[in-house]
Amino acid sequence: MPAVQETIEQVKAIDVDQYKYGFVTDIESEKGAKGLSEETVRFLSAKKNEPQWMTDWRLDALRRFQQMDEPDWARVSYPKIDFDDLYYWAAPKSVEGPKSLDEVDPELLATYAKLGIPLAEQEILAGVEPKNRVAVDAVFDSVSVVTTFKEELKKAGVIFCSISEAVREYPDLVKKYLGSVVPITDNYYATLNSAVFSDGSFVYIPEGVRCPMELSTYFRINEQNTGQFERTLIIAEKGSYVSYLEGCTAPQRDENQLHAAVVELVALDDAEIKYSTVQNWYPGDKDGKGGIYNFVTKRGDCRGKNSKISWTQVETGSAITWKYPSCILRGENSRGEFYSIAVSNGHQQIDSGTKMIHLGKNTSSRVISKGISAGKSENTYRGLISAHRKASNARNFTQCDSLLIGQDCGAHTVPYIESKNASAQFEHEATTSKISDDQMFYCLQRGLSEEEAVALIVNGFVKDVIQQLPMEFAVEAQKLISISLEGSVG
Amino acid sequence: MNATALIKHTQAESNLLDRYQSSKDGLAGSIAVSELREAAVEQIRDRGLPHRRVEEYKYSDLRAFMKSAAPLAAAADEAVAKAILADQNSYGDLERYQVVTINGVFAPDLSDVDGLTGEGVVISDFNSALKGEAGAQLLRSPKSAANDGVIALNTAFVQGGVVISLAAGVEVSKPVELVQIATSEGAQVSRTKVTLGEGSKLRLLETFAGETGNGELNAVFDYDIADKASLATTRLIAGKVDAARLFTTIATIAGEAEFKSLGFMAGPKFARNQQFIEFTGEHSEAKIYGVTMAGGEDLADQTLIVDHAVPNCNSREFFKTVLDGRAKGVYQGRINVAQHAQKTDGEMMTQALLLSEEAEMANKPELEIFADDVICAHGATSGQIDEDLLFYLRARGIPEDEARTLLVLAFLSEAIEEYGEDDVTDGLEERVRDWLAGH
Repeated sequence: MPAVQETIEQVKAIDVDQYKYGFVTDIESEKGAKGLSEETVRFLSAKKNEPQWMTDWRLDALRRFQQMDEPDWARVSYPKIDFDDLYYWAAPKSVEGPKSLDEVDPELLATYAKLGIPLAEQEILAGVEPKNRVAVDAVFDSVSVVTTFKEELKKAGVIFCSISEAVREYPDLVKKYLGSVVPITDNYYATLNSAVFSDGSFVYIPEGVRCPMELSTYFRINEQNTGQFERTLIIAEKGSYVSYLEGCTAPQRDENQLHAAVVELVALDDAEIKYSTVQNWYPGDKDGKGGIYNFVTKRGDCRGKNSKISWTQVETGSAITWKYPSCILRGENSRGEFYSIAVSNGHQQIDSGTKMIHLGKNTSSRVISKGISAGKSENTYRGLISAHRKASNARNFTQCDSLLIGQDCGAHTVPYIESKNASAQFEHEATTSKISDDQMFYCLQRGLSEEEAVALIVNGFVKDVIQQLPMEFAVEAQKLISISLEGSVG
Repeated sequence: MNATALIKHTQAESNLLDRYQSSKDGLAGSIAVSELREAAVEQIRDRGLPHRRVEEYKYSDLRAFMKSAAPLAAAADEAVAKAILADQNSYGDLERYQVVTINGVFAPDLSDVDGLTGEGVVISDFNSALKGEAGAQLLRSPKSAANDGVIALNTAFVQGGVVISLAAGVEVSKPVELVQIATSEGAQVSRTKVTLGEGSKLRLLETFAGETGNGELNAVFDYDIADKASLATTRLIAGKVDAARLFTTIATIAGEAEFKSLGFMAGPKFARNQQFIEFTGEHSEAKIYGVTMAGGEDLADQTLIVDHAVPNCNSREFFKTVLDGRAKGVYQGRINVAQHAQKTDGEMMTQALLLSEEAEMANKPELEIFADDVICAHGATSGQIDEDLLFYLRARGIPEDEARTLLVLAFLSEAIEEYGEDDVTDGLEERVRDWLAGH
């Protein structure tokens, strides 16, 4: 079935030539030397005043990286990246260590304001109730510029700061958890990130605490020829809860830029982490020139009983996306969720999906992925659902729809479903839904068809998250979710 | 995967290369055919047997499975073949023609050549055709799997086979059973070429009998289906055998034609049934069914690529797998839809039933779509027998074993019934029961 007109128009509105965040901030900045070497790593580490153990950790990663081959299994193609032609460190000159808000360069504040991210703490976002305040960690090129509401969060026992600060201030926590979900040698780009990660956020929610506000990190690449290597680590102690939002944009440039991030989540007993991303990196122009290479490793570890991790992503940006937010369901009764809307336009290439690895008993997971390809883009869903021997009564429900607009794009689905336990029940794209029976029953009662009910529940959930986004571009995300399931292919 | 220049050969790979050296002079074919064989051997030399790092063999590591490779089976023994043929009788009283190969080579004396010729079917020896000018064309590879390792093995060593041709409008009144018989141990490598002229109709039964010892069985079936023609093939892969069982279908389907197939698999330690189907004409239909049973340490692999290269074609893929013991089931299916293949309708379903704690199922139902006005769906489920259903049957006085058998039968029958061809599939229920009782 062809796409409905409304959908076509909505997708057009976010086409690559409509990119609104392509401006450059003219700010004096300092860069490290070009090239990937031990000196680069030592320079970076020294810049951040890191302890020796951190420097060693990075150097170990670098040595391993130098022995690895670039993976070629993803359905994306791009010229070979010359890692020696990149800057691994770029920071606005005015930023020297953590600062209070009133010390931040007004130029930077203006940049974030332009992006729709007011950094002033007292400010209440338009249309948002004061109780929905959001703490923001703003990362500009290689450094965190400012983290808001830090003091207030501290009162609740929540640690929210840049990862650089955490390495210095909370070494025990960082040592314990960094690399415990995504090991140094996990994959090519994760290893690279481990060697040269610049900044990112660190979140620690103590036992039993429900984080009093939304936490958010906004990543901005500004400089030319730089790679951004963010590293995020979120730890939710027993019985805690946190909702975390991530946003990203970059200026319009003719050359490609590399963004290789690693995000690690750890949820202990009864904890819940909700991680949402609105990824809007510069996608390149109409002819496929420029744009960000987004090679990201995101993984959550449901380490404790009854823990829950959910990933929600709205992907509209990047020239190339290579990203599989995953959940390791280790704890009994733990639950993983993945909700994704990926829209590709122009010459964008998306190879994205999730992995749900069921290790523990009674673990459950749900995957809802909607891919929309237009222009000359390629959009691939690649997913793994696996149940290991001991994962008795594991449950998974997966639904991945894709929609093509126009004749020059492609949509692909590559699911791997591996069951090593007879009592594991996996359903992929099955119409008999495993979505919450109560919600389904409620909708069916009111005369909706099963399909409508599933759509309503999925969209309802996504909407729920997106509406809480403090960023202006949430409007676009909202437009996306209103795209109907009509005309989609399996 | 990039071709690796030099790999360390396993025992089986060394055996295969030796096998080629010692048998190549006896293998039939024109100069062009010899070149194809050489290229195939070259591929085996460079890349080895397909292994788990080759995406298509991720779950079915042939390299790890084959510890050694036996020489090609010796010349046919007709007396032994007659005895095996009389004994095997896969289809009981079903009225049918038989076409027989022994150790991969066409045996006209055991085949109903006269009857078939009377119906307008031309049957000939594959080896004679290989020697002819157009010989090399008989060894075509599917577009969607140009460098497949199992097909390369077949090309390198193919010992013979049958060419079956139906002229335009020929409708064969009875099914044709193609029986491949092994009379001595050793590898059996055959190829069958079936050409259906415009508007012709054929029902083909593919069966295999006899022991191959340590030798692998590698059978390729190449179907060329012209406009408005119709072909139904039922492939029976049965018997407890320790050596690899490798089956390949290559089918091209022209306009307004129909292709239907059922791959029934139960017993071998390592079996792979791979099918590459391509639509070359519009308004055609392909229906592919698979019924797999595996127990013990068996590995059973159903792999499939359906290439919608032209618009307005429908395909349906429906696979059922029952696993017991420590068996491993594999389903890899892919529907390709080319850019201009608008109005494609593809529907793929794979379902697995795990009867034991230690059985494993790997499902990989893929879609690769470049056209924007298509309906393609896929589904995959895996789980165990529904305890509620079991309870329902037991509450009605049915003993547990029988209740389980009924549920397994019901599960598998869905695919068998949809395939149809009732006269042919009649005996399959018995085979399922036998497997459940005896594996």
